[in-house]
Parts: sequence; C-alpha cells; structure tokens
Amino acid sequence: MWSLFHKLGSPPWLYQISGSILRWLMPIAVLGLVVGATWGLLYTAPDFRQGNSYRIIYIHVPAAVVALAGYYVMAIAGAIHLIWKMKIADVAMMAAAPVGAALTFIALVTGSIWGKPTWGAWWVWDARITSMLILLFLYLGVMALYEAYDNKAAASRACAVLALVGTVNIPIIYKSVDWWYSLHQPASIKFTGASTIDSSMLWPLLLCIVSFYALFTCALLGNMRLAILQRERRTSWVQRLAAETR
Amino acid sequence: MYFESFSELLAMSGHGAYVWSAYAITGAVLLQLFFWPRRGRRRLLRELRQEARRRDGAKGPATGPAQVDHTSAELS
Repeated sequence: MWSLFHKLGSPPWLYQISGSILRWLMPIAVLGLVVGATWGLLYTAPDFRQGNSYRIIYIHVPAAVVALAGYYVMAIAGAIHLIWKMKIADVAMMAAAPVGAALTFIALVTGSIWGKPTWGAWWVWDARITSMLILLFLYLGVMALYEAYDNKAAASRACAVLALVGTVNIPIIYKSVDWWYSLHQPASIKFTGASTIDSSMLWPLLLCIVSFYALFTCALLGNMRLAILQRERRTSWVQRLAAETR
Repeated sequence: MYFESFSELLAMSGHGAYVWSAYAITGAVLLQLFFWPRRGRRRLLRELRQEARRRDGAKGPATGPAQVDHTSAELS
C-alpha cells in the first residue's frame, strides 16, 4: 500500500503506467461506445410515447452521469491536495475539469436537442437543467481561476476550495427532479427497486454508461500525462523522453 | 434491425435531424477531448527537442568565441 503511495508521487512512473493503461483502455472504450450507440440507434424499438427521439438517451444519460462522477473526482482530488499537499492530486483535479466541462456540455446540448421534439422547447429553466448549467459554470470557473493566478501553488489551492464549495450543487442535481415540479423525467434506472426502463433498452444504455466512464478515464489520464510533462519539462527524464521520441 | 431501410433509419420518422445532430455533436466533442492532450504532448516534446538541439549546437562552436568576447569586454 505504502509503496503504491510512494509510486504515485513519482511522475516518471505515473507517466509510464498511464501510457500502458491508455493503450488497452482506449480501444475498449471506443469499441464499447460504438457498439452501444449502434445497438441503441439500430436495434431497439422506439419509445411508445417519445418515438425515435428517445434514442438520444444513449449519449445524454451517460454524459450526464459521468459529468457528475467527474465532479467527484475533481472535488476529492482537490480535498486530497489541500489536506496532504500531494502534487499528483492537484494534477488530477485540473485534468478532470475540462473533461467534466465537455461532458456537461454534451449533456446540456443533447438534452436541448431532445427537448425540442419532446417538450416543444430547446431550453426551459427547469431545476434539473439549471443545476446542470451551474455544474458547467463550476467546471469552467475552476479552469478560469487556475489561469487567473501567476502563482500556481496558490491557484491550485483556490481551485480546490472552489471545487469543494461547488459540491453543494451535486445533491441538488440528483434531487432536482423529485424536489421541484419538473419537466425533466425522473431517473429510469434505480439501484433500489425496479427500473422503469425495458431491459431491451437498458442493456445498450448500461454499455454506453460504462464506455463513457472508460472514456472519461482515458481523457483524464491523457490530460494528466500532458500536465506531468509540462511541470517536469526541466528534468532529465523528460529531456530523455523528448530525445527518444521521433 | 428495427428500421426497414437505410432511408427510414436516416429519417427516424421525423426525428432524424434531432437524433443525428445530437450524436454528431457528441462525437465531435469527444474527438476533441482526446486529440487535445495528445497534440499538446507532441508539441511539447517537439519543443524540448528543438531546445536541446539549440543548446547542443550553441555549446560546441560557440564556446571559443564567447569566451574571447567576454574577456575583451572586461578589458575594454
């Protein structure tokens, strides 16, 4: 356990191990998403009320679920950075922000496109949608805050605090469809009790969710690798790496 | 397959434009997400290679004259 902890503090080891993880995880993630999306688009029946527009669910729900999970990663990494001053936690926090922002953006845009034929409007100030918009601004806020400081140590501390304060928004997003009278439909997949989605639609959706988690991990590792190289650019191992790659 | 023909798949009984544009935007954003760090890493490594080349190039022939310049500047 402690040896892993020590290794996590070693940038060359982290760079190398993340590279070998990416080599097999990336193809699996892409394949999973292609299979899941094709399954959902071509081989499932349309929704009896929403028709074919419901097929957006196979990207909308995974993007939203993982956008929220990404916030946990960012906030927990921020907390670890504040408490134990682990450098790698700070790298992970800043690597998660753009990925989370992109996924939140996907969730909002696909939701908006889904809303037009279903609710008759591209945008409504619904509790779920508004709290997701706040999530996007939190991600973008963390990124902007980091850029605003010249002192990067102070920048990452400020970002960690902002990320932690922003976690208030997470339960609001989860509960928004129950707390407020909302246009947004409640969750169809439940961990407790029966899901209200047919199993023929559930399996491709689950595959897409798992693939989005894998894609998130890949993008996170990719950003971390870039950040590690940027921070360590003066060290001999990065210089050697640059000389070796052609 | 649920759809009878390719044109039916494209049309999705009137919802085609919504469904396909949603998937296209998602695909474009995801691609950016992956190519951005990869591009950044390659650019950084290229920069470091160029820096190293400049440094090595400057070291060899430049040491002699640079020292002469230095001493002459001190003398004058």
